[in-house]
Amino acid sequence: MSNVAITVNGTPHTKEIEDRTLLVQFLRDHLGLTGTHVGCDTTQCGACTVIVDGKAVKSCTILAASIEGASVTTIEGLADGEKLHDVQAAFHEHHGLQCGFCTPGMIMASVNIIERHDGVLDETTVRHELEGNLCRCTGYHNIIKAVLSASEKYRTAHAAAAA
Amino acid sequence: MYETIYHKPGTLQEAVSLFAEVEEAAYLSGGHTLIPTMKGRLAAPAHLIDVRRIPELSGITVGPDRIIIGAATTHATVAASEKIRALVPSLCGLAGSIGDVQVRHVGTIGGSVANNDPAADYPAAVLALDSTLHTDRRSIPASEYFDGLYSTALEPGEILVRIEFKVPEIAGYAKFRNPASRYALAAAFVARHRDGNIRVAITGAGNAGVFRWAEAETALQAQFEPNAVKGLLPDDNDLMGDMHAPADYRAHLVGVVTRRAVEHLGGTVIE
Repeated sequence: MSNVAITVNGTPHTKEIEDRTLLVQFLRDHLGLTGTHVGCDTTQCGACTVIVDGKAVKSCTILAASIEGASVTTIEGLADGEKLHDVQAAFHEHHGLQCGFCTPGMIMASVNIIERHDGVLDETTVRHELEGNLCRCTGYHNIIKAVLSASEKYRTAHAAAAA
Repeated sequence: MYETIYHKPGTLQEAVSLFAEVEEAAYLSGGHTLIPTMKGRLAAPAHLIDVRRIPELSGITVGPDRIIIGAATTHATVAASEKIRALVPSLCGLAGSIGDVQVRHVGTIGGSVANNDPAADYPAAVLALDSTLHTDRRSIPASEYFDGLYSTALEPGEILVRIEFKVPEIAGYAKFRNPASRYALAAAFVARHRDGNIRVAITGAGNAGVFRWAEAETALQAQFEPNAVKGLLPDDNDLMGDMHAPADYRAHLVGVVTRRAVEHLGGTVIE
């Protein structure tokens, strides 16, 4: 057992956990944040994607104990109360989901892609960078539309802020 | 996953001593092979020794004729390194072609080279760029390092600290992926070194893991252009054959990727 301190969505948490606890188990079972999904459990599908210290990672393949002191953002940390994050709103507007199981991972990966590219994205880049997220409904076209729309909004907002 | 005890030593000495003291230990780096293997209960180390906080395993040093990469450097960091890109763009391209974004954010060069998966990308660059593998106790030339599938010259408890690549005059990397797994069915790293020597390293295809394709090296030494390897095939007795690709098809692919690597020298990666 280890005492592990991790900040999740801005709130510091310290938990006594088994060393084998995966980050996704820490989030779901210890903090009750079940928005992060376990799809394949083999590092392939990306449904468990969260952002650790600014990087999108697959939380099913990281030991919680190994990111002691880190700052994690999950799908629960995006919306501002009732107001959806721009990427969430874009998925809603463009119907970027069918069954919705992959959506939390898709959205977290997309938020990270948009931030890493400062909102400057084209379809090829989005498709390439979303390689690690699988949608078994194969609803990729609308997901890509949603990400491009949200990236446009991000770019405009940041250009306005810089002006 | 069975129970395990997690350790995060801050120094090389601490890590090596710990490995010697406890039973059934394994070093953990990015863990993107080890953790899935543990989840499948195909590995069950009683102790995990995380090497990522050891300072010697971090950092990229680029000299005029050497690139030295700390073993705990992630694929994303190598892919984004402008210093490396200026000298060997194909090394950045190779790193950026591993797995997916999330995997590249965590997986490390040392983990990949120590694991020596027969379909891994880095071993091809290590062999073609005439590298030296520095461990906590010695330096191993690439020619003596790879030792069959998932096997290397590393002794139990030995830690891969950094990898020193020779900067070639020019290099190219071409990969043909399994469309489902996205791993290489065959990939070729071709480098012409500053002393004129040409090295061709093939990954994904060999039944003993990564290998240098001597016939292609000889042909390219005589004439350094794509046509030099036209019609040349490795012996398919030396290649893997499985449900994804029989050995004779892999032999064909080895020829194709080698030619493509020569066609795209100086580029990042061609798929």
